[in-house]
Amino acid sequence: MKLIAAVIKPFKLDEVREALSEVGVQGITVTEVKGFGRQKGHTELYRGAEYVVDFLPKVKIEVAIDDSGLDAALEAISKAAHTGKIGDGKIFVSDLEQAVRIRTGETGGEAL
Amino acid sequence: MDIEVRYALDTFYFLVMGAFVMWMAAGFTMLEAGLVRAKNTTEILTKNVGLYSVACIMYLILGYNLMYPGTTISSFIPGVDFILSAADNSVESVTSGEEGAPYYSNLSDFMFQVVFVATAMSIVSGAVAERMKLFSFLAFAVVLTSIIYPIQGYWNWGGGFLTSSFSYFDYAGSGTVHLCGAVAALAGVLILGPRKGKYRPDGSIRAIPGANLPLATLGTFILWLGWFGFNGGSELAVSSVDSANNVARVFVNTNMAAAGGVVAALLTAKAMFGKADLSMALNGALAGLVSITASPLSPTPLIATIIGVVGGIIVVFSIVGLDKAKIDDPVGAISVHGVAGIFGVLVVPLTNGDADFVSQIVGIVSIFAWTFIASMIVWGILKAVMGIRVTEEEEDEGLDYSECGMEAYPEFTSGGSQRSGV
Repeated sequence: MKLIAAVIKPFKLDEVREALSEVGVQGITVTEVKGFGRQKGHTELYRGAEYVVDFLPKVKIEVAIDDSGLDAALEAISKAAHTGKIGDGKIFVSDLEQAVRIRTGETGGEAL
Repeated sequence: MDIEVRYALDTFYFLVMGAFVMWMAAGFTMLEAGLVRAKNTTEILTKNVGLYSVACIMYLILGYNLMYPGTTISSFIPGVDFILSAADNSVESVTSGEEGAPYYSNLSDFMFQVVFVATAMSIVSGAVAERMKLFSFLAFAVVLTSIIYPIQGYWNWGGGFLTSSFSYFDYAGSGTVHLCGAVAALAGVLILGPRKGKYRPDGSIRAIPGANLPLATLGTFILWLGWFGFNGGSELAVSSVDSANNVARVFVNTNMAAAGGVVAALLTAKAMFGKADLSMALNGALAGLVSITASPLSPTPLIATIIGVVGGIIVVFSIVGLDKAKIDDPVGAISVHGVAGIFGVLVVPLTNGDADFVSQIVGIVSIFAWTFIASMIVWGILKAVMGIRVTEEEEDEGLDYSECGMEAYPEFTSGGSQRSGV
């Protein structure tokens, strides 16, 4: 099992969710996050004084998935979240040791 | 028309206009809550509802009788009659038909006046926000609303020297209410110092954006609405063709000045900063309103618009200038009510033949000097006795927690303090 954590532009969330549904992903967890990468922050203006916004708002999607579905899910996210402009985000993949469905007690791939 | 019907109509009008002005307390509260950071929201709400109530009580006990004394000692020092007499006008006195017979209830006059002193005190609240101790502020409110405001109010509306020896003209209080509040605020800010983090070590300005611009906008619209009572009610009558026409004109002019202020401030901000700064547009509306308040009856609606436009331009430069001078006023109250207030008083003679520049300047100087010196003394005493500023740590954490022990939105944001839930 793998855990995908993708940080994307907030307005791309709906497209990514649809793309993941199409490749059979059953569930995702979404968090509003802030951060910076190569895009860095930007400056805003308030009452004539500039201030730097270091952390830009992003959305983080977490998907737990069987190894077999990984490539399709990565491609779905990559395509749907892509604009070609700086700040599109990143996808991180890590090994997932265990999963439990709380209602039934199922574990491992059964729980996904 | 029947004298009793007119009496009832004028009294009713006066009371409803007073209720409009009371609602301005809500406007100030929302404006200030919007322009401070989330971690100071509960405190600023508490401060506003507290100061309004303190103002009402102190004005009843002392302020009203100081401002409108039965007996005067001199034209500088009003007499002292501690308890407001609740006796109202008799039918005989109203229907006597004599010159000067009362045409509205005495208590309706008190009701209309008490919401004005609350307005003056509200002005102070925003300027000292995010760093002043709550109870030091309320202690200052006790003195301002019972003594400082009533004494200079007496000089103008109570028959004191500004109107008996000079022809000072200030219809609804650009000077008497707004300048007074702003000067008390200025004195407080000078003693208090800027918010922590407002200026970088090299002295440059670091913006501290307000937490909730929808609330600030709502607050501005509420103030705009309340101002129809503030200026419209100051005609003091509506039950004749002349007074009804005057009230209508005051309403139109008040509205036009606010509109002019918004457009001017928005364009000025766009020209200066390259962006449409909403907070400046909101301050522009209020600056236009303050500018027209000294004489909302005498200009034509077009001239009233232009007066508002000038107020809206002035306020943007004033806010930027005060920021550079290290006078940290989170909501722009000193610029809106003080600088635009002075402009409003000074512009009166251009449209109103009853006023002259010398009297207007005497009015500004005397209101400024009295309020500034008295406020400095009171702030100074409060600083020595109970302290006026929270600790640095409390300021970092937010006044909601240190002063009130509760957050404005405890359940669904972490925007308040850095603490986690229990």
